[in-house]
Amino acid sequence: MSDRRPRRIPASLIAGLIMLGLLVVIAVVAPMLWGTAATAVTPDTRSAPSPAHWLGTDDLGRDVLARTLVATRLTLVMAAAATAGSVILGVLIGGLVWVGPRWLREGVLRVIDSTVAFPSLILALVIAAILGAGTASAVVAIAIAGVPSFARITSNMTGAVANRDYVGTARLLGVPRFRLFTRHLLPNISGPLLVLIASSFALTLLDISSLSFVGLGVQSPEFDWGRLLNEGLPAVYSQPLQVVGPSVMLVFAGVAAMLTGDGLAVWLDPRSSRAARAKPTRRGPRGTATRPEALVEVRGLTVRAPGGKTLVDDISFEIAPGEILGLVGESGSGKSMTAMSLARLQADGVGVDAEVLRLDDLDLLSGGHRSRLAKEIGLVYQDPGSTFNPALRMGAQLTEVARVHLGLSRRAARDTLSDGLGEMRIREPEKVMGQHPFQLSGGMLQRAGIASSLVTDPKLLIADEPTTALDVTVQADVLRQLRRLNREHGTAVLFISHDIGVVEALCDRVLVMRTGEIVERLTAEQLRRREVDHPYTRALLAATPTLKTTPRPIEEHDRV
Amino acid sequence: MSETPLLRISDLSVDLGHGIRRARVLHGVGLAVERGRTIGVVGESGSGKSTLAKTIVGLHRVATGSIVFDGVELASAPRATVASVRRRVQYIPQDPFSSLDPRRTIGQTLAEAIDPVGARQRRHHTRIVESLASVALGEDAVERYPHEFSGGQRQRIAIARALAVDPDVIIADEITSALDVSTQAEILRLLEKLRRERNLTMLFISHNLAVVEEVCDEVVVLLHGRIVEQGTIADVFADPREEYTRRLLESVPGGAAFDVTAPVVTAAVRTMSVRGRRRLFG
Repeated sequence: MSDRRPRRIPASLIAGLIMLGLLVVIAVVAPMLWGTAATAVTPDTRSAPSPAHWLGTDDLGRDVLARTLVATRLTLVMAAAATAGSVILGVLIGGLVWVGPRWLREGVLRVIDSTVAFPSLILALVIAAILGAGTASAVVAIAIAGVPSFARITSNMTGAVANRDYVGTARLLGVPRFRLFTRHLLPNISGPLLVLIASSFALTLLDISSLSFVGLGVQSPEFDWGRLLNEGLPAVYSQPLQVVGPSVMLVFAGVAAMLTGDGLAVWLDPRSSRAARAKPTRRGPRGTATRPEALVEVRGLTVRAPGGKTLVDDISFEIAPGEILGLVGESGSGKSMTAMSLARLQADGVGVDAEVLRLDDLDLLSGGHRSRLAKEIGLVYQDPGSTFNPALRMGAQLTEVARVHLGLSRRAARDTLSDGLGEMRIREPEKVMGQHPFQLSGGMLQRAGIASSLVTDPKLLIADEPTTALDVTVQADVLRQLRRLNREHGTAVLFISHDIGVVEALCDRVLVMRTGEIVERLTAEQLRRREVDHPYTRALLAATPTLKTTPRPIEEHDRV
Repeated sequence: MSETPLLRISDLSVDLGHGIRRARVLHGVGLAVERGRTIGVVGESGSGKSTLAKTIVGLHRVATGSIVFDGVELASAPRATVASVRRRVQYIPQDPFSSLDPRRTIGQTLAEAIDPVGARQRRHHTRIVESLASVALGEDAVERYPHEFSGGQRQRIAIARALAVDPDVIIADEITSALDVSTQAEILRLLEKLRRERNLTMLFISHNLAVVEEVCDEVVVLLHGRIVEQGTIADVFADPREEYTRRLLESVPGGAAFDVTAPVVTAAVRTMSVRGRRRLFG
């Protein structure tokens, strides 16, 4: 299952946390150490930087550096308070709408949508202007202005969780609504929420400072960085250093929060560590083809996961021209890995090596010839709903192989495909090509997928659980199609399935796989007569329910 | 049919979606389940079998018709009555990976089923351990999280959660379709054992006719939200009266009636319904 290896903490997170830690230390100690220096009025006004005053003094003779450092506490406290306000209110609104009735949710979300469209700083300015200038009102204004976006994002995240079965089940069991929120919804959005809080702290910091800068926030004699910028502005030409201190601190704090947020995001995202796709490697001396008559020859194929775990362990098999070979096994048996290594489509970081990996005259271990590979191997995937790009019309997607790999013109490619779709017994092929994937049924998409993979007249068709996502009547149709194509065109098929009944019905020969090994090789005839030796194959057959009742036959002319 | 049925559904229609997307998904469905019987609901995607299950447990609103459980009409009964009756009907969802909260231990999950408000695990420890034992899971599972279990084990936990409430009726919605065949066989055996021990009444929803044949006493065939055929397994499977039922049975690979060399049906483009699209593309 999911491996929970301890991941390395990203450098950005470490840097961000160190910077934040530094800021907190300054916020705690600065007022104690330099509190008097920052507020004591001296006759030494507007002095230039000196060893006594590193950044000079302001118009009342107060040390600018001391003021900058002392202001850290108020600035951070205000930003934290405002962030906390937006987060608490936003999360409550955005999360609780999902446990309330539908009309309430729709109503609240529409209101939030319209407020999100309004820039939050402008909203804050309006609120601050109404509440009057002051520290508390600035915090309240920024907090309220931040609520809509938090509510919006929380509601999106909660919505994804709220539709999961465990929430539905808890609801059915009679768990009270608020409990539903605190027990199931909140914990499951806490990760991304944390990232969001860290990032939005940086923005809140800037917003708060902006309010103070324009005079709506902190009022004299109190001061934060925004206020210091405001005080330094009149003398910006004669004494530019006076604004440098608070500016640098603002940038530093903002960067610290951003780094922390980004670092958290990387750290919490399990997909963050990705290895590149490796080329298959040859093990041992260059193997010679021992079975030249076979279309596909695989000898000593081994596939390893990025962690080093062996997924496919030293397997060998052949596919004869025009043969349908079934690979059957349960999840984790390595059947898909085998097929994907053959098409050189193994996942990133997966290591593939073999002694011989040959398709016709093509040595799949020597790399290159991508284009020939694309022509010689046709692929049909499991889920027709996600194979196609929903934004493009079928025509453009289906003709892609013909245009790219056969170099056909748009017109010629369309004609070829039109014939192909017709051959797949699709009425009105032109109409299908003009439609978007979502307008077609799963069975139709799978037929179209097969048609497009046959355009290049491949020698081998790899079908990876092509009927698993389909209804039983549609499945029967697709199986019959594959069988007919194989018999009429002589296209060899590597058919992967977890269902031994399906494999038995379709294939000429069957390989039974278990934990990366081939445990038994059978002809379809042997399988049908249940002449199997390996206990695993027997267990598989025993576990597979088969229809025992045969419906009473009817007259042939009654059929549709 | 001497006994009065434990669950009787009459002329049930259900609408799904909102506003202009609102569409009728079930049309006048009627069925009766007697105590201790297992009734299979078969049909293809979009036939409304899941909608039927979810409507019975109260996840969808009834448009017309009635659901009577043990003499209580669920649509019109007072709220408190419905709530207590509903606990006697437990629903097991299809996907074992989304039916357990990843952030809660198995013990917490089961405690919530027993005591939805407090979910006090310690107080119900014995009952939690008993429930887990009934699905052949040890006491050590209590403190573990869902990601530590395989799909089959998770499905057993979901069954344990349903049984912890001590229900009369189990609604199993495609509970084995996400599992490997050997795991499926194991879950079906377990379910059969529990059903006999506790005299459970079961609504077994599945697209797999071979499984339904094995598990159920009776069967209901749904097509586009309507029941096209119902009866005992022996009657319906051996002598289907509807062409559609026959086509379903003949499509099962491995079944005696399946013929891979049969002519392929020509497919015409049919513009899909909004619901069909959503099913396919989420």
